[in-house]
Amino acid sequence: MASESGGLTEYIQHHLTHLRPQASPDGFWAVHIDSVTVSLVLGVLFCLLFWLKARKATAGVPGKGQAFVELVLEFVDGQVKDVFHGDRRFLGPLALTVFVWVFLMNAMDLLPVDLLPWITEKFGVGHFRAVPTADINMTFAMSLTIFVLIIFYSFKAKGAGGYMHELFTAPFGAHPLLWIPNFLLNVVELLSKPVSLAMRLFGNMYAGELVFMLIAGLFSAGAGVAGWALYGAGIIGYTVWGLFHILIIGIQAFIFMVLTIVYISMAHDHH
Amino acid sequence: MDFNATLIGEMISFAILIWFCVHFIWPHINKAIEERQIKIAEGLNAAERAHAELKDADHKVAAEIKVARQQASEIIDKAQQQANQIIDKARGEAITEINRLKASAQDDIASMAQRARDQLREQVGALAVQGASKIVQREVDASTHKALLDQLAAEI
Repeated sequence: MASESGGLTEYIQHHLTHLRPQASPDGFWAVHIDSVTVSLVLGVLFCLLFWLKARKATAGVPGKGQAFVELVLEFVDGQVKDVFHGDRRFLGPLALTVFVWVFLMNAMDLLPVDLLPWITEKFGVGHFRAVPTADINMTFAMSLTIFVLIIFYSFKAKGAGGYMHELFTAPFGAHPLLWIPNFLLNVVELLSKPVSLAMRLFGNMYAGELVFMLIAGLFSAGAGVAGWALYGAGIIGYTVWGLFHILIIGIQAFIFMVLTIVYISMAHDHH
Repeated sequence: MDFNATLIGEMISFAILIWFCVHFIWPHINKAIEERQIKIAEGLNAAERAHAELKDADHKVAAEIKVARQQASEIIDKAQQQANQIIDKARGEAITEINRLKASAQDDIASMAQRARDQLREQVGALAVQGASKIVQREVDASTHKALLDQLAAEI
């Protein structure tokens, strides 16, 4: 923690720096090791948890673990069913993966902001950001994958000709003069999907993390009575923001999932 | 915004996660849920059927109880009739027996009275003969006046 005055900026900058390989601290190959590690650990955790329950799933009386997994699955399935009227064998699992994974990654925000960096520091690793969804690479990785799926399902549902026809003739009409405006509008619409999907999640989680850091700055704000008062305010603020953040991480995971479903089911729809 | 290879790596891992979920998680859990739904539906059906059967059985039992009650009352009626018949018959027999006994007793009484009357008559006859012989001071020959004496005895 920063101890001297003016250290808050340094503290926050320190916490906003990703862990990168020392061989290439800049440029394309400066992989954010922290994001990759945390997201993979959580992804494996999700797979293991759900797979273990899925493997032993029976139609009889479920255990609590199976009931929980089923609860999550039925919740997601219900959301998919509301929006998408077709074969849910792919979209269901996709939505489940998105929801649980994003939720778990968001939930890393609830860990004390200094906990993981403090632990990694013991192992000689200075920078460590715990929340992968506050890394724009992470959110864009997901939204671009979904973008690829949108394109894929557009072609699959409408055929190459049909999709091209739709791109050039909707929404204004089939007149040749309108082809270019139609196409431009469709491209903007198409591109706005992954961008808005990724930026929304990133912005929320980044801001949430930043607020946590600002509040955490109160803990080392000063000495004496004023210092202790700020320390108390920090505890209260951290608690309140943490409680509020529980709402945010759930809502953001939910929004990401629902928009994924909506975008892909829109790709199935004919205009 | 610093995009780098993290993006591509995460895209690949996301795709792998989706693939894993599609193949190893979703189908199993979904299958279990659907099977349980079927089971629950069957269970509810069975419960409803059992309920209907119970109702049916209740109706049957009620009808049977009604029949049994009717039969029981019929049996009681019959038994009562039989008992009455037996009593009537016994009474009739007793009355005839009494009448018979009464008749024989009356016969006895009549024959005894007849005998007593006959004896009395003979004795009166004898007394009359004795009296008469005393009156005429001579012996009346009983055999000579037998017819007369017998007539006298019959008249008493």
